[in-house]
Amino acid sequence: MHDDHDHHHHDHHGHDHHHDNRYSDMQARVRALETVLSEKGLIDPGAIDAIVEAYETKIGPRNGAHVVAKAWTDPDFADWLKRDATAAIASLGYTGRQGEHMRALFNTPETHNLVVCTLCSCYPWSVLGLPPVWYKAPAYRSRAVIDPRGVLAEFGVTLPEEKKIRVWDSTAELRYLVIPERPEGTEGLAEEELAGLVSRDAMIGSAIAGAAS
Amino acid sequence: MFPEPWAAEAFAMTVHLHENGLFSWSEWAEALSIEVHRPGRAEDGSDYFDCWVAALSGLLVAKGIADAGVILALQSAWQRAAEATPHGMPIELGNDPLR
Repeated sequence: MHDDHDHHHHDHHGHDHHHDNRYSDMQARVRALETVLSEKGLIDPGAIDAIVEAYETKIGPRNGAHVVAKAWTDPDFADWLKRDATAAIASLGYTGRQGEHMRALFNTPETHNLVVCTLCSCYPWSVLGLPPVWYKAPAYRSRAVIDPRGVLAEFGVTLPEEKKIRVWDSTAELRYLVIPERPEGTEGLAEEELAGLVSRDAMIGSAIAGAAS
Repeated sequence: MFPEPWAAEAFAMTVHLHENGLFSWSEWAEALSIEVHRPGRAEDGSDYFDCWVAALSGLLVAKGIADAGVILALQSAWQRAAEATPHGMPIELGNDPLR
């Protein structure tokens, strides 16, 4: 478990009295749930620690960037990704913990794809880690569907008027990964260098690859 | 990433319980959605993990795994234990003066 022992600031004179610990309601609620579940033998603290560590250190947008860069450089992999994204992504070692299916959305010169979850915040965790705060905010969840072009403009992405925008609403069973268009002038780059051009937002569709996000 | 350690723990507990088959991910998404859509939630999504913890509590109660009264009593006990624990010492439930 984390050491979430409260460390209050010492006062200016360094006196060490009256340093109460406090748990917020949320901290105490989580402790309470842990207590109940441990007493019933339903959680293993080691497994909980391992999950937290994986999400803090190993699972994040670099996984998705690897998928995108491979799709850009390996046409067979790109085909597989189009046909069966779940299996293609799993072949790189990124598998969803919730048994969800993945679908890859390829941006083209004609169509830009944008992902949202209007229901709650379903998100392709295995390839993008945890969602950014704006993805979970009610404003994005409602406006992405109603006014995607306006939302994209707020992200600094202005698309030609003739370019179609498709908005995809994620569910618990189906998550989306946007495969952005490969930036021009990157023909000579290796897969690893290409992955460095792919931001988290580009794989949600709120940015384009190779541009500052 | 996680705003505070308790959010990480709540997240990991949920993933862990799902892996152990206590609920399906659809059941979880439904429970979370109800909390996220409650009136009065923050416009900027900053209380997202509050929703998460409320959804997890609710689902455990609905599944008969935990009792709502027991959860609340333990929550208060942990808060009393924290306040009764001298700074620098590990906070343990046994430090609750009423236990």
